[in-house]
Amino acid sequence: MTIRGKAYIAGAFEHPLRKAPEKSVAQLHAECAKGALVDAGLSKDDVDGYFCAGDAPGMGPLSMADYMNLRLRHVDSTDTGGSSYLVHVAHAAEGIALGKCSVALITLAGRPRSEGMATGTAPRPGNPAQPDIQFEYPYGPTIVNMYAMCAMRHMYQYGTTSEQLAWIKVAASHHAQYNPNAMLRDVVTVKEVLDSPIVASPLHRLDCCVISDGGGALVVVAPEVMKSLRRPRVKLLGAGEAPKGQFGGDVDLTFSGARWSGPRAFAEAGVAPADIQYASIYDSFTITVLMQIEDLGFCEKGQGGRFVADGNLISGTGRLPFNTDGGGLCNNHPANRGGMTKVIEAVRQLRGEAHPAVQVKNCALALAQGTGGSLGTRHGSATLILERE
Amino acid sequence: MIPMPDRILPAPEPNPETKPYWDAAAEGRLLIRRCAACGRAHHYPRALCPFCFSDRTEWQTASGNGTLYSFSVMQRAPVPYAIAYVTLDEGPSMMSNLVDCDFDTIHIGMKLKAVFKPTEGGLKLAMFTPA
Ligand SMILES: [Zn+2]
Repeated sequence: MTIRGKAYIAGAFEHPLRKAPEKSVAQLHAECAKGALVDAGLSKDDVDGYFCAGDAPGMGPLSMADYMNLRLRHVDSTDTGGSSYLVHVAHAAEGIALGKCSVALITLAGRPRSEGMATGTAPRPGNPAQPDIQFEYPYGPTIVNMYAMCAMRHMYQYGTTSEQLAWIKVAASHHAQYNPNAMLRDVVTVKEVLDSPIVASPLHRLDCCVISDGGGALVVVAPEVMKSLRRPRVKLLGAGEAPKGQFGGDVDLTFSGARWSGPRAFAEAGVAPADIQYASIYDSFTITVLMQIEDLGFCEKGQGGRFVADGNLISGTGRLPFNTDGGGLCNNHPANRGGMTKVIEAVRQLRGEAHPAVQVKNCALALAQGTGGSLGTRHGSATLILERE
Repeated sequence: MIPMPDRILPAPEPNPETKPYWDAAAEGRLLIRRCAACGRAHHYPRALCPFCFSDRTEWQTASGNGTLYSFSVMQRAPVPYAIAYVTLDEGPSMMSNLVDCDFDTIHIGMKLKAVFKPTEGGLKLAMFTPA
C-alpha cells in the first residue's frame, strides 16, 4: 500500500495579511479555507475531510468544523508543531486512498504578532503534566536558545560558520524582494546578518524568522475529483514523517528527524535528492535549514555550510532554489508554524505560479520539508515530494 | 567577570514519579535513574526505562561531574544566562545552566561540576560550573 499518486493538491491559499488585529483566529482559518477552495474551484459543501492542528481554537476540528458548518466523514488533528500541515497532506492522502474522504481541507491560522507574543525569547511554562517540563523550564529554554545550541554544536563538530548560516538568510531575502506580501522585502548581505544583534549565541536577530499573523490552507483531493477541476495537477508522490527527541539522554543536536522522514519520502516517490528542482525547507532559523538540507541528502552530513554558501539557494543562480516566497525568514511564519507556507510555495512552483523572477523553469519535481516543536529538545519532521503531472 | 543581578529561577513542579529527585537536589545531590534490567542510566528520570521498558529502574547518586555538550548565552533576556546540555560522567546528557563563570570562557568539551541554586519555591536546581 502506498499513497504514491493517490492524491493531488488542488487548492492552496496563503492569507495576504501579516498583521490581523481586527480578525479572530477562527475567522482567519475560515478565510484561508475559502481561499483554498476558490483556488481549487470547489465549494465548502464538497469538503468531506478536515485537518487542523494546535493553532485551531477550542476543540480543534470540532470547533472549526462547527464554525465553518462542514459535514465531514474524516477528521484528523495530528499536532507535530509547525510540521503538522505536511503530515496532514500525507494523512489526507491516506484517507483518500482508503476511501475515507475525497476532498480534504487543511487550515492553519493565528495572530502571535497582534497578541504581542514573545515567540522565540520567552520560556513557555507549559503544562506541568508534560513529563520533561520540570527538568527543562526552570533553566530557561526558549525557542531561540534551543536552536542556538544546535548551531553551536554543529559549528563545533563540523566547522560550520556564522557566515555560512547568514547565506541562508541572504538567499531568502533575495526571493522576498519580489513578494509584495512579504514582511521583510529588503535584500540583506552576509555582513548585515552578522552585524545584527545576538539573540542567543551564536544566532543573530537576522538568523531568526519573522513573527506574523495570518494563515494558509490546502485542499487535497482524490484523482477523480482532480480530473474534474481546471487547475494544474500537483500530485503527491511520497511522504515521510518522524519524531525525534532526546533518546533518554543520548542527546544529539546535530541532526533533525529529516534524516528519517526524507529517505522514507524519497523511497515512496522513487526519486533521489538530485532530482529535486525546487525545495521548500522549514526555516524557523538559518540553522534549521542547514541541518535539514544535510539530513535530506542534498549534501553530505557536515557539509551544509559549504553547500548553502555563495548564493547556492538563490533561484536562478544556485543549485537548490529554496523558499522562493521569502520563507519564514522574510515572508511569513503565521501562527509560529511555517509548514503550511512551505507546501503552498511548492505548489506555486509546480504550477508555474511563483513570481517570474524566482520561478524555477519547467519545475516538475519539488520537495517540501517541515519540522515542528524544537530541534533542541523534541520535534516532528515531515517530508513531502510533489510532482506536476 | 561582570557582576550581574541574580536571575529569578521558576520552581519545578515535582510529581510522585519525580519527587525523590527534587528531595535529593534540595540536599545538594544529583540523582540519575538507572535500569537494573539493561544497566543503562537515563535522564530525565522515568519509572519505565526508556531503553528496554523495564520497570526495574532505581535512583542513583551521580558524581556531579560532566562535560559540556553544547550551550547558548541568551543575550536577549532581562538577565543574560547560559543554557546548556551537559553530558554526565554516568552517560546521559541533561539540560542545565552554566553559572559562576565568565560566559566568554565557556567552550564545548570543558569539564564541569554540579552546583545547586535555589528557585523561587525553595527547591534547588542542579547547575554546572567549570571543574
Ligand atoms: Zn533498561
